[in-house]
Amino acid sequence: MNDFLTVEGLSKDELTSLLDLSDEFVEVLARPIPKVPALRGRTVAMLFFEPSTRTRMSFERAAKALSADTMSFSPGTSSLSKGESLKDTALTIRAMGADALVVRHTSTGAPWRIAEWTGLPVLNGGDGAHQHPTQALLDALTIRQHFGSLDGLKVAIVGDIRHSRVARSNITAFSRLGATVTLVAPKTLLPVDLEGWPARTAGAIDEVLDSDVIYLLRIQKERGGASVLPSLPEYVSRFGLTWDRFARMPSDSVVMHPGPMNRGVEIAPEVADHARSLVEPQVANGVAVRMAVLFRLLGGEATDV
Amino acid sequence: MSEIVLKGGRVVGPDGVVNADVLIRDGIVIEIGVGVNSDRVIDCGGALVGPGLVDTHVHFREPGQEWKEDIETGSRAAAAGGFTAVVAMANTDPAIDAGHLARYVSERGSDVGLVDVVPAGAITLGRAGTHLSHLDELWAAGVRLFSDDGDSVQDTGLLRLAMEYLSDLGGIVAQHAEDRTMTRGAHMHEGAVSARLGMRGMPALAEEVIIMRDLALVELTGVRYHAQHVSTAGSVRLVEEAKHRGLPVTAEVTPHHLAFDHREIERMDPAYKMYPPLRTESDVAAVRDALRTGVIDVVGTDHAPHAAAEKDVPFDDAPRGVIGLETAAAVVNETVPLDPVEFFERLSVSAARLLELDRHGRWVEPGVPANLVVFAPEVTWTPQRFASRSENSPFKGRRMKGRVLATIHDGVVSYEAS
Repeated sequence: MNDFLTVEGLSKDELTSLLDLSDEFVEVLARPIPKVPALRGRTVAMLFFEPSTRTRMSFERAAKALSADTMSFSPGTSSLSKGESLKDTALTIRAMGADALVVRHTSTGAPWRIAEWTGLPVLNGGDGAHQHPTQALLDALTIRQHFGSLDGLKVAIVGDIRHSRVARSNITAFSRLGATVTLVAPKTLLPVDLEGWPARTAGAIDEVLDSDVIYLLRIQKERGGASVLPSLPEYVSRFGLTWDRFARMPSDSVVMHPGPMNRGVEIAPEVADHARSLVEPQVANGVAVRMAVLFRLLGGEATDV
Repeated sequence: MSEIVLKGGRVVGPDGVVNADVLIRDGIVIEIGVGVNSDRVIDCGGALVGPGLVDTHVHFREPGQEWKEDIETGSRAAAAGGFTAVVAMANTDPAIDAGHLARYVSERGSDVGLVDVVPAGAITLGRAGTHLSHLDELWAAGVRLFSDDGDSVQDTGLLRLAMEYLSDLGGIVAQHAEDRTMTRGAHMHEGAVSARLGMRGMPALAEEVIIMRDLALVELTGVRYHAQHVSTAGSVRLVEEAKHRGLPVTAEVTPHHLAFDHREIERMDPAYKMYPPLRTESDVAAVRDALRTGVIDVVGTDHAPHAAAEKDVPFDDAPRGVIGLETAAAVVNETVPLDPVEFFERLSVSAARLLELDRHGRWVEPGVPANLVVFAPEVTWTPQRFASRSENSPFKGRRMKGRVLATIHDGVVSYEAS
């Protein structure tokens, strides 16, 4: 593995092997001293060209738990704001001695371009509405921890699928691991063409309350300057996971959300805080899967774990 | 007295193709026969000798963006592609919206002397879409084709006025058809590929609704109308129906829309970014067939140079457009089955007729101005370097079939393959 840019090219076995490795790092993170020397002396640079708190901190925590050094870049205060090209920025950071780059960018494909330009291992931390592969791994790991396997599970993804890189990565990963995926959204928030997608669709959340997992996506009323919804209350009436709806779900089902949540919009506050909400385990698992991916990319020896 | 003989070609004349030599003297085709000789001989080796190609749609970037291209480098690229006349779009800086600016472009073209550079005029002042440009001045400066290319004229009332005004003069309203309310923030075709990539898409309908509206206005005003870079099956149907109704409508297609569909965008390479975007496989089939049958009259390259660094960015951030002059003849040769007469009709004769360029697009016979191209349809080559100042070509490094061996502009060799 030279880069970690998308889940598209990963087979079921490769995904499973990454999840197995992640489980080992879950165990490492539970130790009294949650740190291993696997990547001592290596440097991981965080290039977040789009605002991010959780993903960036999660990658930093992962790199440090592997004893790697980290450096960070924020576009607001950087030479990018002085007109430097993305390519020159990437080459400059390589020249400083980075061994791997974690890239988040608003443009689809930007991490691929940076990988071409630098020749360094690149981890996609989210590009446009395209891919967010470590999110897919952490979500798959969280579901696997809860149910033992994704095989045969019914997963509904509800919300702004059209503009979601989380949805694109998760649909692929979940279905490849054996789950049945249903997408639930108004037409304005579904991708314009779903031909070949391993998912079916439903027009209201009430149709998928028998799911094992309901995965909610963040809703923004405005996208690209255009209103994609008449109003948030109307969205809630057809697509919000209210307490009443949650109460009709099977007793062993779970609710997930990649965050940040709009409490009272896509998810009712009391659902978000319920024991069957896996939001916090998702965040915790994010560190472990990012350790697994960094470990794979930077070629640490398995015996170091 | 300058004299050239094009030796051993297949000469495309008014009665079809004949194996012959062509004697050119003082800018005129003098004789077509066998065993013609002179001091200056170009060996055609069985290649086609036809009318020099005419491009209805190029961007030479001068004035204002000379780091991408200028009239000299653009002319060299045109000559290398077999062209003897090109229409330079008005989206320069400043836009070509007044007479002196149009005269500047054509005079620079004459100074360079490799190809006739015919200026297009903007329809609206500064291409801003709010006021009519200096249409009379532009007309007097020789402009025949008017376009805000790069943008559509969105304002229907204003477009109607422009059409009424130009219908009096006999000018052509040419439209880059794109309803901006449907394409904001989009950089590729809306469809299965854009959905997978999570990129906002430009629907085919954004092109078609503008053409629908425009054709209704053509019916009202009677103006000559030219649909630029038609890219969808729906647009082809609209043009075909309009022609059946007898409307004075012509259409153009670019080589890249003949060659590629939107699956190329999977690689997210800005070398494939242009507006209109690459469409679906069935759209490609439709525009190829329309060029074959003549529903689409001409090829316009939409030659749109950009500096390497400008394109060396993520797809969304890259400027739109690709160069096309030097590869156009090969692309048409490869993608659309045309006999030699049809080939030169689409790439030369029809465009010259449309633009009233009587020195171009003439079947090769004694007495016509010597604007000619020698084109070898069977020769393969791989473009690596370009005469254009820019190299933003999706054909770079691809093996192509059909090569321009020489171009004669006003009786002088403007390009000869090495």
